[in-house]
This record gives sequence, C-alpha cells and structure tokens, in this order.
Amino acid sequence: MNTFEYVRPATVRDAVAAAVQPGAAYLAGGTNLLDLMKGNVSHPARLVDISHLPGLDRIEDLPDGGVRIGALVRNADLAHDRDFARRFPAVAEALLSGASAQLRNAATIGGNLVQRTRCAYFYDAASACNKRHPGSGCDARGGDNRLHAILGWSQNCIATHPSDFCVPLVALDAMVEMEGRTGRREISLEAFHRLPDGSPHSETMLEPGEMIVAVRLPPAAAQFAAHSRYLKVRDRTSYAFAIVSAAAALSFDGDTIADARLALGGVALKPWRAREAEQALIGGRADTASFRRAGEAALADARPAGNNGFKIELARRVVARACALAAAGTPERLPALPASPFADTSGVAAHG
Amino acid sequence: MAISTILTVNGVKRTLELDDPRVTLLDLLRERLNLTGTKKGCDRGQCGACTVIVDGRRINSCLALAVSYDGANVLTIEGVAPRGHLHPVQEAFIAHDGLQCGFCTPGQIMSAIGLIAEGQAGDDPERVREGMSGNLCRCAAYQGITEAVLAAQKTVDARDRKEVA
Repeated sequence: MNTFEYVRPATVRDAVAAAVQPGAAYLAGGTNLLDLMKGNVSHPARLVDISHLPGLDRIEDLPDGGVRIGALVRNADLAHDRDFARRFPAVAEALLSGASAQLRNAATIGGNLVQRTRCAYFYDAASACNKRHPGSGCDARGGDNRLHAILGWSQNCIATHPSDFCVPLVALDAMVEMEGRTGRREISLEAFHRLPDGSPHSETMLEPGEMIVAVRLPPAAAQFAAHSRYLKVRDRTSYAFAIVSAAAALSFDGDTIADARLALGGVALKPWRAREAEQALIGGRADTASFRRAGEAALADARPAGNNGFKIELARRVVARACALAAAGTPERLPALPASPFADTSGVAAHG
Repeated sequence: MAISTILTVNGVKRTLELDDPRVTLLDLLRERLNLTGTKKGCDRGQCGACTVIVDGRRINSCLALAVSYDGANVLTIEGVAPRGHLHPVQEAFIAHDGLQCGFCTPGQIMSAIGLIAEGQAGDDPERVREGMSGNLCRCAAYQGITEAVLAAQKTVDARDRKEVA
C-alpha cells in the first residue's frame, strides 16, 4: 500500500473541497477501497475520511411516500430495518445475499454504488487493463472470461459491475443524490454507471470531488412490495458474487400483470434494466410462457464476450424464475439463504 | 506527523499516536497492543480470522484503518472472558469440537458472539451457516462450529431471560 495523506473533514462542503484535487479518494466503510489499495490497484495520494460526517446515516421516510437512504447507512442496517424491508423486500434480499455479515456491517450504501469490478485482470497489476491504465488493452479478452459481460460490453472492457444492491434499486427507479463544487444534483441510478464504450476508466457520472450523499426510492417503488424477489446464481451457496442475478417486481390487476420491473446483475458493467422484458410482461398472465418470453426479451441483444455464452441461457432462466418467485409472492420472512436458488421456493417450479 | 487516535479496547481507554495512517485496526491490535489473539489470515476481508466487535458489531479488522475508528469501542477475543470464566461461546466450541488447529477460532468466536447479538439466526442451522459464511475454517470443523453456535445461543438466551427476570 502506498502512503497517503489522511484528512477527516467535518462537513460535506469541506469533504468536497478536500476531494477535488487529483489523486484524492473518499473513505467510508473501506471494505473495497482498502482491498484495492493493498493489491496496488488503487493508490490514492489523499484519503478523505467521510465516515464521521454527521447526518448521512439516516433512513428517512419522505412526505411523498418515498424513502431516502443516507450514503453512510451500513448495508446490514438497511437490510434489517423492518419498515424498509417490508416495503422494499427485494432490496433487503439483495443486500443480504451479498458479501458476509462482517462486510455488511462495515460497507456503506454510497460505497456500494462506487465499488469496482471484481474482474481478475483489473485486480492483477501485471495484466493489461484499460480501467487501470487507459489504452493498455484488456487481457480479459481472450483470457479466463467465464464470468464476464454478455450485455453492453466493448472491445475495451468486458468487466461486470458486482453489486447486488444496485440491481433491485435500478429496477425500482432509484435516484442518486450527489454534492459537488457547484452544489447538489441528482440523477437516476440507471444513468449513474457508464458502459465501457471508449473510456472504461470512467465508471460513473461523478465529477471530481463529487460525493454521493443519499439514494432515494420513489413512492411508486413500494407498490410492488407483495411481489418482489431477488434471485442470484453464484459459484458458492454463500459469500460469492453473482454469475447472473435478477430482481423482479410485479403488481397485479386480478390475474393480469398490471406493472412489472426487471433488472439483471452480473451481466454488464452496470446494473441492467430490462425494459423490453417489462413490456413483455405487462398486460399478460403470470404463467411460465410469459416469464420465458420476458427472459427472451431481456437477453435479446446479448452476445458472449468470450467463453461465457452459457450466461445468456442462464440469464434467461434466472429472469423467468425470478418472475415466478415474485408472482408467487414475497415471503413473510426472507429465506435462510437469501436470493439463493437453493432456498425453499415454496412450490414454485424451479425450471417450469 | 503523528495522528492521535483514541480507542477503547476490551474496556481500557487508550490514546495512540499513529505515525502512519496505513495501520489497520488488525495490525494495531497485534503489533502495537500485543493482542495477538486476533489472527491475520488473508488480510483482504475474505477469511474472517481477524473478526472483532466494534461498537457492538462484528467487522473484519484487516479492512479497517485504525485512524478512521477514532472513538470506537473494540472487543477482541482477549476481552470476552474478563473474570477468568470462559464465555458461553468459548465453552460451546470446546464442548462441540468446533475447532481443530485453532487458527480461525478467535475469529469464529467473535463472529458467533456478533451473530447471536444480531438475533437473526434463531435455532435454524441453515441461518447459522449463512450467518457464519464470512469465517473460513480450512480444517473444515464447520459441523462442530454450527452445533456450538446453536448451543451457545441457547445458553445466552437462557442467561438473558434470567437477567431480565
């Protein structure tokens, strides 16, 4: 780990001023950043410790029925907040399917959004990586790329975004609130992460020094509470990143699907909203044929970035099964293995 | 320039002058406070050997900068049996054969104490296994560990009921 200057500002304004200079990085939970620094992947000249800033660790119900999650709320605190989990169960399930209990106790909501890809070539300082060294190439192309992207990738980068939390958030139209030198602004989470097109080193819409202060869910996001699930297929039962995951949220008018939200994780360099699949579901019945069509629609543009063609069919099935689980209803209590295909699915056909 | 950091470790308040901001909470405990019960396994947040309880919550001390935890209350394995009587979780690990070589054990025990305090697992072995998945045991004493955590939870529950009564 390189040495760095450590500063601990007292206000958001001071934090932004301290982080504007090139080479500065924000430190909150540190669970991703310190790992990257130990691996010589990140080497900030200055760490701006925002973990002591007041007022950013609250979960607030908003007058319009939405909810505002402060950037410093810990993953575990949000997932175990009873009122939040009751209204946004797929978000709680996604949070609890990620990392370990120790990491969820330290990691923050804001940090989750800006965590870096777990592409092994990004982590290996001896490999070519356009994220670490723009223009150096991408050793994942033609390398061991079983877990890499199937949507939205480019010749420059085939990495995926590792977050579980962001997947239901993007399905539910979450907004990201940021503060920078020119004041506060907000954008949708769907627009927050960039695809790797020409400049894979530029990963988000954050300007230099700009800081995430909150994530907001709109009131409409709570209307899916009775039919919301997150499903995550991984190489281990627990404590592993997604190979493919999906968040599905449905609402019904009698037997007809009145509204649908769908997003995928582990397939692209951003949480992937599947709007065509949502349209395929809306107005139809909640049956196997509909869910399979949604899977087809969600992956219509998919193509393998290497030896990962299996992820396309896997993703179709994960979408169909997440929809089936959502249609069956949000369970009273999250299963012992959150989001796991090995959890008790209470009569839902696994591959129906 | 040294950075002044105050930590309460196992009930003792300490003022530390850190000459380097890179010192992790793990290295501070082991190298500067000589509390070597907390182990360094992977040093990257993957194995759980370094688990300690900070302000009532279990975390990986290897991914925590000591300076950032200024003002925190830290509990390590050295602090769980202050009066010479083993903690119920320690007793349960012995009774249920929850260890072999012992290297991961302090982290397992601190993680189990954290899990019991969180109150999410109940008497469901699957929830205990899921809640302990951040602690690896390369001797694979997992069955004993799960049994120990379930047994310790019953002891702690009974003790808490007695204290409340």
